[in-house]
Amino acid sequence: MSIALRTLLYKEVLRFWKVGFQTVGAPVLTALLYLLVFSHVLDRQVEVYGGVSYSAFLVPGLVMMSLLQNAFSNSSSSLIQSKVTGNIVFVLLPPISYREFYAAYVLAAVIRGLVVGAGVWLVTLWFVELPYAHPLWILFFATLGGAILASLGVIAGIWADKFDQLAAFQNFVVMPLTFLSGVFYSIHSLPAFWQTVSHVNPFFYMIDGFRYGFFGQSDVSPWISALVAGGSFVALTHATLNMLARGYKLRS
Amino acid sequence: MSDPSAALLIDGVCKRYGSLQALDHVSLTVRQGEFFGLLGPNGAGKTTLISLLAGLGRADSGVIRVMGHDVVADYRDARRNLGVVPQELVFDPFFTVRETLRLQSGYFGLRRNDDWIDEILHHLDLHTKADVNMRALSGGMKRRVLVAQALVHRPPVIVLDEPTAGVDVELRQGLWAFVRDLNRQGHTIVLTTHYLEEAESLCGRIAMLKQGRVIALDNTTNLLARPIQQTLRLRLRGDVALPADLRAVARATADGRVALVLENADAVSACLARLHAAGVGLEEIELVRPDLEDVFISIMREAA
Repeated sequence: MSIALRTLLYKEVLRFWKVGFQTVGAPVLTALLYLLVFSHVLDRQVEVYGGVSYSAFLVPGLVMMSLLQNAFSNSSSSLIQSKVTGNIVFVLLPPISYREFYAAYVLAAVIRGLVVGAGVWLVTLWFVELPYAHPLWILFFATLGGAILASLGVIAGIWADKFDQLAAFQNFVVMPLTFLSGVFYSIHSLPAFWQTVSHVNPFFYMIDGFRYGFFGQSDVSPWISALVAGGSFVALTHATLNMLARGYKLRS
Repeated sequence: MSDPSAALLIDGVCKRYGSLQALDHVSLTVRQGEFFGLLGPNGAGKTTLISLLAGLGRADSGVIRVMGHDVVADYRDARRNLGVVPQELVFDPFFTVRETLRLQSGYFGLRRNDDWIDEILHHLDLHTKADVNMRALSGGMKRRVLVAQALVHRPPVIVLDEPTAGVDVELRQGLWAFVRDLNRQGHTIVLTTHYLEEAESLCGRIAMLKQGRVIALDNTTNLLARPIQQTLRLRLRGDVALPADLRAVARATADGRVALVLENADAVSACLARLHAAGVGLEEIELVRPDLEDVFISIMREAA
């Protein structure tokens, strides 16, 4: 890893860490509130998998949702802020390659996603006891999911010229895809049409595969989830690197 | 293309933004160790040219080299050899001055650069602000940090894009003393400024741009020696009238003198001979030396 890449990665991590209340504390609290409300209302009424309480089912979904949203937020908000304030010039003037640029923003966003995800998992330990059937799948989907959303964040951050464009991307693309991916329910509880729709949502595979790591059961095979998530990551990486290599909206 | 050892080599560079031809076949060479001025009115293409040099934009055609390194094909070495002080007062509000400079060093592949960072901070009178967050600095201080950021990797070529815009006199003088020092140490300096007196006193050579074209490129001394309009200020003896042909180019000044705007130095001697022949007595004669601003205006008019 080059010094330039390490420095840019360090700067991006330092940037969110310096405002940790906002970037780590707040999403952990939000996820905890989701858990308290939903589990209180639904715990005795819904059983998703055999022998798994609704609260237990919900926690991996909340962990992954927080992880994904924060990975996206990190890369996208850092880039849009740098573009709007003009300090993006500090990373465009030095001899940093577009691959190093991509790697630094994505890795930093994955780190933030994992930190927030771990935070949500830690605070929910007091309320729910979870099994850990396949820990490697947990780590695999957490990291890959974070990387996918981090790449999407780089694309959104580069594409958006204004904060409201980025907010629109977050609210009309990321949020619906996350909420309609089975965070709060198993897609088997949906009507056939919505089950079909869910199967074209790559977020569903990330969350379903992640959940498999805990319970050893899922809506689809973890290998299929890994394939879809891996394919999504490759496609997004290719698209992002292509944008960066052309200097799209960064180098006129 | 000539002089491959030039600090900057710009050859046939064109850049278009939509219907605007920002740069139109710009060619110029800046030699190593020069203090070079890039002048022009707003929209002339100065900042566009600097953006292309720095890799912030890409030329549609032409070649740009920094210390012999092509800014596209060999961008890493080109950028290592170049320090740019941007025109906009930009900063990252998350970091202190020292963090900002350490990060900038790292981007250029430098670790443990604190000795040099301390030296820059000292020269720019920023050492007391090293651990202050960028947000808490005044505009002038932020400008100094921008200069420091451009110097962290000790680039042989330094480009300053209007570095003294909105800066107080004290900082301006301090900044120029420091930049002169860097130039004496062998750094090539390229300066754009709207303060023409600064360019006149600092730059050995100047290029003037207008509408994306180089319309003048010469030594500052040669530019100042150009035959341009001269202003002759006279105090007439007694209540006498100027000859009719001179009245057309004369105007009264606030202090009771007469100012005559003449085409060139030859016209000055012809004017004095004409006054002598007409019997006009003179108490005082002052020939106002044209400065770079006069030359600039004259060249811009010629290029119109």
